[in-house]
Order: sequence, then C-alpha cells, then structure tokens
Amino acid sequence: MSDKKLELDYLAHTSGEWLRGAGPQADIVMSSRIRLARNLADFPFISRASEPDRTEIEKTLHDAILQSELAGRLGYLDVSRLEGLDRQFLVERQLISREHADSQGARGVALDEEERVSLMINEEDHLRIQCMHSGLDLERAWDEINHIDDVLAERIAFAFNPRLGFLTACPTNVGTGMRVSVMLHLPALVITRQIEKVFRSLQKINLAVRGLYGEGSQAMGDFYQISNQITLGRSEPDLIKQVGDVVPVIIDYERKARDVLIKEGQQNLHDRVSRAYGILRNAQTISSEETMHLLSSVRMGVNLGLIQDIEIPMINQLFIHTQPAHLQKLRGVELDTADRNIERARYLRRHLNREDGNDASKN
Amino acid sequence: MKCQKCERPATFHITELTGGKPEELHLCEECAREYLTQSDSPDTGAANLAGALAQQLAVGQTAQELARLDQQACPVCGITFFEFRNKGRLGCPHDYVCFQKELEPLLANIHGETTHVGKRPKQNAAADTDQLTQLVRLRREMKEAIAAEDYEQASKLRDEIKQIKDAG
Repeated sequence: MSDKKLELDYLAHTSGEWLRGAGPQADIVMSSRIRLARNLADFPFISRASEPDRTEIEKTLHDAILQSELAGRLGYLDVSRLEGLDRQFLVERQLISREHADSQGARGVALDEEERVSLMINEEDHLRIQCMHSGLDLERAWDEINHIDDVLAERIAFAFNPRLGFLTACPTNVGTGMRVSVMLHLPALVITRQIEKVFRSLQKINLAVRGLYGEGSQAMGDFYQISNQITLGRSEPDLIKQVGDVVPVIIDYERKARDVLIKEGQQNLHDRVSRAYGILRNAQTISSEETMHLLSSVRMGVNLGLIQDIEIPMINQLFIHTQPAHLQKLRGVELDTADRNIERARYLRRHLNREDGNDASKN
Repeated sequence: MKCQKCERPATFHITELTGGKPEELHLCEECAREYLTQSDSPDTGAANLAGALAQQLAVGQTAQELARLDQQACPVCGITFFEFRNKGRLGCPHDYVCFQKELEPLLANIHGETTHVGKRPKQNAAADTDQLTQLVRLRREMKEAIAAEDYEQASKLRDEIKQIKDAG
C-alpha cells in the first residue's frame, strides 16, 4: 500500500468496500464482520501492561504483520500519534473502535486499501483482527480472517490454553475470541413497531443487538448489529452458522413489514420517503441524528423503487461521510456543532442534487 | 412508545448487555444522549461483568470468604481478585489458571460451556503457552530487582528470560 493511500485526508474522499452495497441481500444487510481477539503469551494483558510493555507488544505485532505475507496489502498507522480528529475519523469509518481511539499509550492499526481488513494493536486485547464485507457474506469474511490468523500464528505465540482456547483480557471473549456481526437496515420493522419482538427472540438465543457504532451506541439510522455473545464451547463455523441462520429470518420479517407498509398505504409511505429526500436535498442546517433518520427513509425508498435517481452505495456513503469527523476532514478545518450542521447540509445538497448522483466513487 | 425516563416519544432503542443478559431501553433523544454520555465510559462493560461476577460469588459465599478471595493475587502479573472484580479485566493469561475455581462459574454463566472446542493454533496445536506466560512474571521480577538495585538478581532473571525465549 502506498503512503498516499494511507493519508487520512485521502481516505476521507473514498469509501470502503463494505459500503459498496454489493453482496447477497445488500439492500437490507449493510455489512458482515468477523473479529478475532488475540494476545501475546509472554506479556500481561493491557490493563496490567506497563508503558514499556505496551511499546514492546506494539513493536512485536507490528513487525510480525509487516514481515509476513500480509505486508503487501497492509499499511500501518501509529494511532498514538494521530490527532483526536483523525482518531475519531477512523472510528466513524469502523476501522478502529472507540475504545482504541480514546485509550492512551502505544497502539496502532494495520489497514488494507479496500478497508476490509483492520488489525488493531493494543486495544482491549493485544490484537484485534477484523474483516468486513459488503452484504451477507460471513463465509468469505471467515476464510479471510482465518487465513490472517494462521499467518500471524506462524510468527507469534498467542496466549492459548488447551481447555479454554484463546485467552483474552475479558472472560466474555475467551475460547474462540470471535465476534460475528451482521449489520442490518431495518426501517420497516421500526415503523411497524415489530423490532422489539425481533430483539426479544434474538436475546432468547443468546444473540446481542447493538447500534451502528457498537457497544452502547444507539441504533442510528435504523441500523442494527446482530452478533454472538457466546465465544466458548462452540466452534467458529458453529458460531457463524448461528448468526448466518438467523439473519435471513430477520430479512424476511423486514421484507414482510415493507410489504405491509406498501399495502396499507403506498401513498403514505411514498410521501414519507419523498419528504425525507426533500429535506435532505434542501436543508440549510441539519443535525447528525436527523440526517441518519432521513437517510434511513430514503434508503428504504430506493430499495422499494420509490426513489430512482440515486443508488444505494451513495446513500451508504452519506451515512458515514456526514459524521462529524468526516465532515471536518473533508472540509479541512475544525468545525463546532453549528458549523458542522451547516456543512452537513451543504454536503448533502451537493451530493443529492447532482445529475450524476449515482457514482459514489467520485467526489 | 414513550420514553422510559420522561413523557416524550422514544426515538432511541438501546440494548445493553448487563451481566450477559441484554436489557432494552427506550428513550427520547435528550434522555438517550444523557444516558449514552454516562455509559460512554470504558468501564461500563467491565462494571456490568463485575456485577455479574459479584452475583455469582454472592451465592454460597460468606462475606468473609469473599474478602479472603479478593486478596488472592496472581503470582505472575500480581493482579488481585478484587481488582479483577472491580475492573472486569484480567491481568495476564495465567489468571485463567490461578483463578480457575472462581472463573469457572462465571464462564458457565456467560457461555453456557466451560471447554473450548474451536480452532487451535497450528504451530503448537496441543501445547499450552503457559511456559511463555512465565516470562510475564520474570520480566516483572526483573523490573523489581532493578528498582531495588539488586543487579545480581536482575541479571540472573535476564538469563532465565533469554533461556525461555530461545526455547520458544
């Protein structure tokens, strides 16, 4: 990866593979993600690691990654030396976690150009490997991450116990260290108030539901992330299957709810979607919450054929590019909330009123 | 649906994992913001876990037993069980061995199982990395020896570290 590609200012104008809106069921499934938690066997976990320990852990993992066959496709960012805005930018991009951005001391992230792979060093665990794909494609994500894990295990002794599996800083991740997540866009289930029912049934089978930006975050833009809670006592393919089996059922519910909305009042739905589109195309100042809320309606409208002059990849990109740090990176200056709301409206107008509104790759 | 904390309509639906059990919250924008800024602190998840653990331990443990348990420390990284209960994060891989008895019910509660059946690292398919974990202890002891200006002990420890590293 060339240095230029890892320039965050450059990244601000692009978008990751997982926003492409491709892959199976991409109208409802935004992305499929798998992450593995790993720790070096010969160092304390992060909470007990001294600053020199952290530095050495970072160096060990950094060198192992960049001396492996993965090096060709990965670039490295020293997160501890990034400014707050850049760290926030990476969080919005889902390339690092909020915890990783906000913590202290030596830490970094290795990324590939397509933003499918991210290896966080010194997060809650020494290493968090993440693979993300557009649409419902857990098998590909697993093949990729499993390979990366194997490649690194040739160079690094990960903390492993035959009885308990991979040992992690928090006992909630021990065993496989694996979290399988599928991000779903479920506006019709929210409108028809069936989402609670879905939650309850997922909880019964030990699956967690979170918002767009993970733990503790609200379900912005009607995006819900469904993931396994159990990591011990089941094999990786079993855990993937559990999530993979339940997602089509939820997709089916969402489709049925959309059908109901259309049947019970196509006019109402069309009106709702068109108004949302109208506001986004014309607002002069707009908050992040309102933007997410309206984009959600527009996204569903496009998928139902009610809006035809814009495509899903562009909308997916707008969800991310209208986040606070993205707006500031794109503008090249720091902005307070009021100025951000003006800039966000400007950005939306510019991208939604173009004749060529479909090409998300160019800005 | 109304916000759980005030009369406004609930527009934010949050699922929190408290002690492994998800809990749903339905809040209006303002209450959601207040709630999320509170819960944004990185300790929340840990505190929840610690809560679950405390519950686990409360069953069949007297206050005295609990106090004694809390003082147990890992010989490798030095973390006490009390610190783990508070932070919800373990200090080193060896904690899984030395706090095994205490962790077992917690693992059973979180995962419903206590034995790994998934992937094993190819290199040392059956091997434990316990030996390497001793490096954590040796490094800590070396640091302490240097701080105490016991350079003879420090150099002995350094050699021991090298030996294990070379063997691995």
